[in-house]
Amino acid sequence: MSAWMWIVVYLVVIAALGWVFRFAGQQATGNKPFFRDMPYGVAFGYILGVAVLGWIIWTYIYARTSDDPTVIAKYFFFRVAVEWFILFTIAAYLFRLLGRYAGTRVTRKLFRSMPLTAAFGILTIIVYAIFAVFAQWIAPHGQEQIFAQANIIAGGDPALGGNPDFPLGTDQIGRDILSRLIYGAQNTVGIAFITTLLAFLLGGSLGFLAATLGGWLDQLLSRAVDVLMAIPSLIFALLLMTIASVWASTLGVPLTIFMVLIIAVIDSTRVFRLARAVGSNIVVMDYIEAAKLRGEGLTYLIFREILPNATAPLLAEFGLRFCFVFLTIASLSFLGVGIQPPLADWGTMVRDLSAFINYASFAPQAASTPLLAAGAIALLTIAVNFVVDWMLHKSSGLKE
Amino acid sequence: MLPGDFAQAILGQSATPEAIASIRRDLGLDQPFVARYFTWLGGMVRGDLGISFSQMNFASNMGGDQLKTVAQQIGPKFQNTMFLATVTASIAVPVSIMLGILAALYRNSVFDRVANITTLTSISSPEFFLAYILILFLAVLNPILPSLSNIFEGMSFGERLEKTLLPALTLTLVVTAHMMRMTRAAIINLLASPYIEMARLKGLSPMRVIVKHALPNALAPIINVIALNLAYLITGVVVIEVVFVYPGIGQFFVDSVKIRDIPVVQACCLIFATAYILLNLTADIMSILSNPRLRHPK
Repeated sequence: MSAWMWIVVYLVVIAALGWVFRFAGQQATGNKPFFRDMPYGVAFGYILGVAVLGWIIWTYIYARTSDDPTVIAKYFFFRVAVEWFILFTIAAYLFRLLGRYAGTRVTRKLFRSMPLTAAFGILTIIVYAIFAVFAQWIAPHGQEQIFAQANIIAGGDPALGGNPDFPLGTDQIGRDILSRLIYGAQNTVGIAFITTLLAFLLGGSLGFLAATLGGWLDQLLSRAVDVLMAIPSLIFALLLMTIASVWASTLGVPLTIFMVLIIAVIDSTRVFRLARAVGSNIVVMDYIEAAKLRGEGLTYLIFREILPNATAPLLAEFGLRFCFVFLTIASLSFLGVGIQPPLADWGTMVRDLSAFINYASFAPQAASTPLLAAGAIALLTIAVNFVVDWMLHKSSGLKE
Repeated sequence: MLPGDFAQAILGQSATPEAIASIRRDLGLDQPFVARYFTWLGGMVRGDLGISFSQMNFASNMGGDQLKTVAQQIGPKFQNTMFLATVTASIAVPVSIMLGILAALYRNSVFDRVANITTLTSISSPEFFLAYILILFLAVLNPILPSLSNIFEGMSFGERLEKTLLPALTLTLVVTAHMMRMTRAAIINLLASPYIEMARLKGLSPMRVIVKHALPNALAPIINVIALNLAYLITGVVVIEVVFVYPGIGQFFVDSVKIRDIPVVQACCLIFATAYILLNLTADIMSILSNPRLRHPK
């Protein structure tokens, strides 16, 4: 109960300080409009923001300077989160600075108007791409390689049960977690990327076809998509995976291939909707009429006339769709029906290592491994979303 | 995950063909699947969802005679899921609408940017990441809330609420972001309209302009996105329920998928799809009701 009392006390103090802040501002600046027209809520918000920021800095310094092991363990994740946040901000800032002075004129112009979040997104995507492509050379061990020492704790400190050979430790059966994280970039991101490409190939071509031809084909495809979209996608994917797992065992085809196909089909319905909507807006344009009168065929119309004019919305959709596909695959793996072992995969790793979270209060290094795998998923989707958000903002021309 | 049907899944890899065949005979799995499907469909029309394979198998081996039907098994779990969805909605809807209005009011300010980045982050993180972060900070490092939601019958409301709070908070994080962004966008879309300018020129305060003049016209898209998120709350909770071992319908569904308990899987899918469609329908009706021009067509 006293915790609630403290919260009330803090709020009252902040409320009073907010009033004082505005009043002092008015007095000190001689009633400048900034302070004169400031609503009380805004003053309260400023003080609240400063209080939260102050609390973060104070806690960080307290955790940094303390040498009591329980305090260090308790604030370990807080400290790491703050440090990583600062590190990422600096990295994004440097990357944007680099982009502003290097590269061609077009990219330099692009970087000049770029918010920091978008720069962070692009940098992260590049780093992930490098890890995904060169996983074989970057990873210190193989993804299926099993070592004699299982359950080595992350951190590489022998006193805490670590081992410098395995900086992030090993899992229950003795596989190096760092290598599996790096290979996870290749497997999880690669499979999600292929799935998204397939979904776009399928949904995009059918959508443009429906928009160009119209008539019964359009009706048929649209109603079929309506039916598919009536079932929530994760549930539908789970159901179809159940059926596919029977086929996979009888046909001898890996389940992962079925998963790629299933998710591609489910997600292509969303792509179909967008492609059809964008396509039918373009089809009524005069230049399409002209091309038709010239006697151009269907292929020319779709690929040379409609597709170039629909690139911008489709590209933004590709980023968002990739995020959804990636999250669906991660969730399926987390539930145990996605990417199958021995392939290293982040969703599966989170599930396998999740029990270690309960040790966080006395062995924070052990608890960090499942969060690293989950964080790897989160970081990529956040990065893609930041970039897409910026692209949409730029193309929509919304300034207010 | 084991490949194969229920008999193989329950008996494991070292099962003899005879044992598998006998379980299949007991459950009717040796019938062709078209016949099985129509039997299920016929029962479903009469409101009979069938009996789960695991219950039937248990009864035929142990000789128990009180078989629970799928409907009886799902009933309490459905209630639990609805309870979770209700708790989440009653936190998320007011918070997100309020934050959305504030973000629209102070657009392009520091508050708006921080809110924008935070919501984008929480939308794009996987649910289990948010769940584990919350477990880490609210259950393990600062033991305020329990990390496992073992809910059973006969619990008092307060206890039940306490056990539900952590999954509900996770879900709130996931859905609030979406609803808040839509509220903000819907209001900002309207701010360029002439009647908003009129209200401003009359000298109304910015808060009053937004709450009295912009919000009623922005209700339709807001209601739509709320309904969509409620549908998500009932159907997308699978992962959250698995993380917190919450005895809801989502977890039951995943467990049944793992052992190929087809009657349960079918029933759960039916419920999910019904909830999804009903909520979408409600959203359409509500957005018509909130718009006088649609309520009284010419």
